[in-house]
Amino acid sequence: MTTTPAVQAIDETTAQRGRPPLNVVYEWITTVDHKKIGLMYIVYALIFLVVAGFEAILIRIQLAVPNNHFVSPQVFNQLFTMHGTTMVFFMGMPLLFGIGNYLIPIMIGARDMAFPRLNAFSFWISAFAGLLLYFSYLGGSGLYAAGSAPDVGWFAYAPLTAKVFSPGHSTDYWNLSIFLSGVGSIGTALNIVSTILCMRCKGMKMNRLPLLAWLYLVMSGLVFVTISPLTAAQIMLAIDRYLGAHFFDTQAGGSAVLWFHFFWIFGHPEVYVLVLPAFAFVNEIVPVFSRKAIFGYPAMVAASVGIGFISTTVWAHHMFTVGLGPAGNTFFVFSTMVISVPTGIKIFNWLATMWGGRIVFATPMIFCIGFLFQFLVAGLTGIMLGAAPFDWQLGNSYFVVAHFHYVLVGAIVMAVFAAFYYWYPKVTGRMMSETLGKWHFWLFVIGFHLTFDFMHIPGLLGMPRRIYTYEASRGWGTLNLIVGIGALFQAAGVLCLVYNMVRSYYQGEEAGNDPWDAWTLEWATSSPPPSYNFAVEPTVTSARPLWDLKHPEDPDSEYE
Amino acid sequence: MSTASSIPFSAPLETTPWKLPYRGTVGMACLIVAESAIFLIFVVAYIYYIGKSLSGPTPAQVLEVPIFGTICLLSSSITIHFAEAALRKSNLRVFTTYLAGTVLLGLIFLMSTAQEWYRLIFEKGLTVRTNLFGTTYYSLVGLHASHVIVGLIMLSLVLIFSLAGRVTEEHSQKVETIALYWHFVDAVWVVVFLTVYVFGR
Repeated sequence: MTTTPAVQAIDETTAQRGRPPLNVVYEWITTVDHKKIGLMYIVYALIFLVVAGFEAILIRIQLAVPNNHFVSPQVFNQLFTMHGTTMVFFMGMPLLFGIGNYLIPIMIGARDMAFPRLNAFSFWISAFAGLLLYFSYLGGSGLYAAGSAPDVGWFAYAPLTAKVFSPGHSTDYWNLSIFLSGVGSIGTALNIVSTILCMRCKGMKMNRLPLLAWLYLVMSGLVFVTISPLTAAQIMLAIDRYLGAHFFDTQAGGSAVLWFHFFWIFGHPEVYVLVLPAFAFVNEIVPVFSRKAIFGYPAMVAASVGIGFISTTVWAHHMFTVGLGPAGNTFFVFSTMVISVPTGIKIFNWLATMWGGRIVFATPMIFCIGFLFQFLVAGLTGIMLGAAPFDWQLGNSYFVVAHFHYVLVGAIVMAVFAAFYYWYPKVTGRMMSETLGKWHFWLFVIGFHLTFDFMHIPGLLGMPRRIYTYEASRGWGTLNLIVGIGALFQAAGVLCLVYNMVRSYYQGEEAGNDPWDAWTLEWATSSPPPSYNFAVEPTVTSARPLWDLKHPEDPDSEYE
Repeated sequence: MSTASSIPFSAPLETTPWKLPYRGTVGMACLIVAESAIFLIFVVAYIYYIGKSLSGPTPAQVLEVPIFGTICLLSSSITIHFAEAALRKSNLRVFTTYLAGTVLLGLIFLMSTAQEWYRLIFEKGLTVRTNLFGTTYYSLVGLHASHVIVGLIMLSLVLIFSLAGRVTEEHSQKVETIALYWHFVDAVWVVVFLTVYVFGR
């Protein structure tokens, strides 16, 4: 195959060994390559995963036994605030954006994102936002006093965030870091949409787009209409705190409920912003390991777009206990029930893809199967909480905490783990260890169910969320101890993953271009891909270009 | 290091030519959707707090309708449209003239807002701290004014390049992207105007 001189020159530069480390650092800091930015996103998110996971373990130690004083009440408030904020804004979003950044251009046969410099800007501003949040530990009360982190909860309900109730700068750090992270998220989402619509290779029509790209498209569209309201609310909060305005100042006629609305207009679709990429990974992995094409591609796309639209109409089911009145309650109960329909369609499609397939139980696939089961359970408790009378009983209890952790950990984190095992060979050129992968899976699944299955019960018994400690006579002690033990199992599982990633990077088996015998374009290029992705711009004639390449006698394009 | 070894085969190209939308237009459209959501939240807050101020002054007492500024801003949408059309036809002199007109009209609008704020702050004593009306008014109008400033910076850059003779017909798509933003800023003013000066009074 002939290559152009430019491509050859790039290959020779990349192949040079023993460059001075400063040059390498400089190269990473100034890079606009979507793959390097994607990896930086992922590494940055993993650092925050460890930090916020450590905070979770401190919370669980505090709650493990009744009347515990392992940390002070102030520190406890800071811990759950930082845990929630970090996990959503500085772990979940960057991780999913990172994987998307890495994969989308390769999967659609492009050489980079539509706006490479904007991409770098978005990453660095998000990274700065995360550092700003953690800088609050030093600068929270100003430089002259001992610092403190924000302690207003990740939802920062008004009027607690007003200057009188939260003096010092800790809340300002929270406010500004969320604002900046919002700017970064909107930049990346804009980039993803432009890339998918404008950078597709020849023949990649919208109905041949890999489902991962489709779901990221919907997810990015949601980012525009959900992160923006949060950004707007942060601007209002900043005006309140710095200029003395009265948006959320109840003393001057301002409304705390308005903040509730603004926050949850962001907060609920945010769940779908996080879960749609998880669906995207499962969409790619399940067919490959079932050795069948995805069942119901158009239904999958329609269901995703449907979820995108409906998810913007359900926010106030977080606010049933505020007292919305009968009309509001009915509407939000109804819309919450309706959103389970497209989600159900997806679950049936995945099952139908596996049905009759020759399933390979490799590590990515078992994580996907775990995802399917746990996401179903999470959806069922979601329907329970979506019924207003039930919610009046259990709103703000540990049942809610268990429900949304079932979604975030049981579904999203499981799918992300599956994605790690699936695409790691593409990124590094090495396979991850299957044995360690199975250890990771079982430790994590056992830990997950110990923690979050048992967390439902104290909620049903009346244990409120965000509680600092409790009396022994309540009977929550044993259950909370089990929950805490589960957290340790999960931590052990994650350590297996980290060890596996580091070890495989040096000692893993050579992966080759296409270790899973898969069908999408990223497996057509070398592992790791060269900085220009494809020496020749690919042309596709169906949704599974590599199937066509491997089976010229029976190409997919004949069935379109 | 081997280059991509198994690039998909070059299948027979389909008869229809492969044409994709311009990334600048798509990117700007996305930005506009995101910005609209931000404005929507501010407009909702404004409408929600109409008549809820615990103390005066009220909008009816102090607000004057900025007719002249509004006419200038809305006309700038027309001038930039003519500028785009001229650039597409490589009519560079006309393009520069209309662009300069757009920048001027935008500046006049900004001046009229500044004048109004000066009057409200120093004569009527209305600040962002005074009451809910002050809070929501300065935030919403200020948010819009900040967008006008950003638009003016972008347009002025194009004007400087254009005066230096660096803008040609091949840049017309890029100029259209900026023009799209400017149209958005104008359209938002219609909403802000109706909210603040028509229904809010």
